[in-house]
Amino acid sequence: MAGIAVSTTINGDHAEFLCHPDETLLEVLRERLGLMGVKEGCGTGDCGACSVILDDRLVCSCLVLGAEAEGRQIATVEGMAQGDRLHPLQQKFLEHAALQCGICTPGFLIAAKDLLAKNPDPTEEEIRFGLAGNLCRCTGYDKIVRAVQDAASVMRGA
Amino acid sequence: MRYIRPSSLEDAVGLLAEASGKAAILAGGSDLLVRMKGGFIEPDLIIDIKAIDALGRITESDDCFVIGAAVPCAVLGENTALRHAWPGVVEGAKLIGSKQVQGRCTIVGNLCNASPAADSVPALVAAGAKAVIKGPAGSRTIAVEMVPVAPGKTSLAPGEIIEAILLDKRPPHSGDAYQRFTPRTEMDIAVVSAAVNLTLDDQGVVEKARVALGAAAPTVLLVEEAANILIGSRVDDSTLERLAEVCSGACRPIDDKRGTVEFRKKVAGVLAKRVALTAYQRAGQK
Ligand SMILES: Cc1cc2nc3c(=O)[nH]c(=O)nc-3n(C[C@H](O)[C@H](O)[C@H](O)COP(=O)(O)OP(=O)(O)OC[C@H]3O[C@@H](n4cnc5c(N)ncnc54)[C@H](O)[C@@H]3O)c2cc1C
Ligand code: FES
Ligand code: FES
Repeated sequence: MAGIAVSTTINGDHAEFLCHPDETLLEVLRERLGLMGVKEGCGTGDCGACSVILDDRLVCSCLVLGAEAEGRQIATVEGMAQGDRLHPLQQKFLEHAALQCGICTPGFLIAAKDLLAKNPDPTEEEIRFGLAGNLCRCTGYDKIVRAVQDAASVMRGA
Repeated sequence: MRYIRPSSLEDAVGLLAEASGKAAILAGGSDLLVRMKGGFIEPDLIIDIKAIDALGRITESDDCFVIGAAVPCAVLGENTALRHAWPGVVEGAKLIGSKQVQGRCTIVGNLCNASPAADSVPALVAAGAKAVIKGPAGSRTIAVEMVPVAPGKTSLAPGEIIEAILLDKRPPHSGDAYQRFTPRTEMDIAVVSAAVNLTLDDQGVVEKARVALGAAAPTVLLVEEAANILIGSRVDDSTLERLAEVCSGACRPIDDKRGTVEFRKKVAGVLAKRVALTAYQRAGQK
């Protein structure tokens, strides 16, 4: 294939791939690199299921081209747990039953990770506002908000 | 299709001017990639402008802020000096999309997408912002309201790229504000919107004003008659009533599922009153 050769860093590991110029980062992550935690809900930036952190910004990977990943740092849900030890957000999502079907969960986890990195002690309003780009058809959001609040206090060591 | 990421603006202009097929500039991609996905546009060449250093920065000269065309809206919101000088412009830019979209979208992309409902454009027009354009024939600087000419259409000539947006430094007692009406608080398209930019004299009387309405006509409306009502006033109740009337009357909106003509006209007036008051309060504090 006459593709574009891209060299990037994903969850701290060096990665290289070839992609077509019109392939999205979402397609590359799932179909070329097998990172199935990145979900496609809408493909048009509306649902947040494909959220990843690109350098230090939360983005929808469906609205980034694979070729744009050259030389960048990408964080996906696959990088959150340390071996068998879940990230506090993952642990609290389980404890609070903040997921049902689960398709939105990786996007919420990454978005919440980005939120807490920038604001370790958010108010409920700040959490709801910060996660407004992530849609969930199952939970009604309340349990997600509680899980993020609880994880935030664990992460602050409170 | 080809994807190219030039490192200089000259190269980007050259590529765009010499492209044989359809070429598109890629900034944040939050309009372009959505339109490609929908099959509305199939470019032969994508020119990503984000590796051009100067386009990724906000700089300040003695008399203005220079916002590079590739600066994402999230960065506008993090710039304290800009937020202080132009809270209305920043508030418009920050309303675009979600956290995810904010990390990518640009005000220049918002302007060039030429949607009548673009959230950052009314505040930029009210602010008297200018667009610096580079093309094969050299550079030119025009008022932002001259960029969109119809829904989805701009006045940019083939090969032209917007390099930056210029916003003046503020005299004392100046303030601006922007508000839109949407059924949801987040992730929605403005049904109608309004922006006001004021400068007051030392007695709190409006000396200069600009009023712009969004989603009220095929392109953003600069309503001079509304500005003239504000000038010379202290933005009292009777001034606000007349402002609302003139703004409602200036609208030439469409009827669609998100709002009727009648509703849009009415709400344009209500929003104009609210943003005029906010701009007045902000101006009084500085
Ligand atoms: C989920 C979602 C929510 C959204 N919500 C809103 C909202 O609330 N309000 C709103 O106003 N918009 C909204 N948008 C639309 C979009 O995000 C904005 O219009 C945004 O500002 C576009 O900027 P961009 O940098 O992503 O543009 P791009 O998609 O990169 O470009 C847009 C257009 O401008 C052209 N262009 C870009 N830069 C230049 C340049 N320097 N010179 C010449 N041409 C150029 C491109 O070729 C393209 O035609 C939303 C989009 C999504 C996906
Ligand atoms: S799949 Fe990217 S936002 Fe929905
Ligand atoms: S758990 Fe099903 S969409 Fe959120």
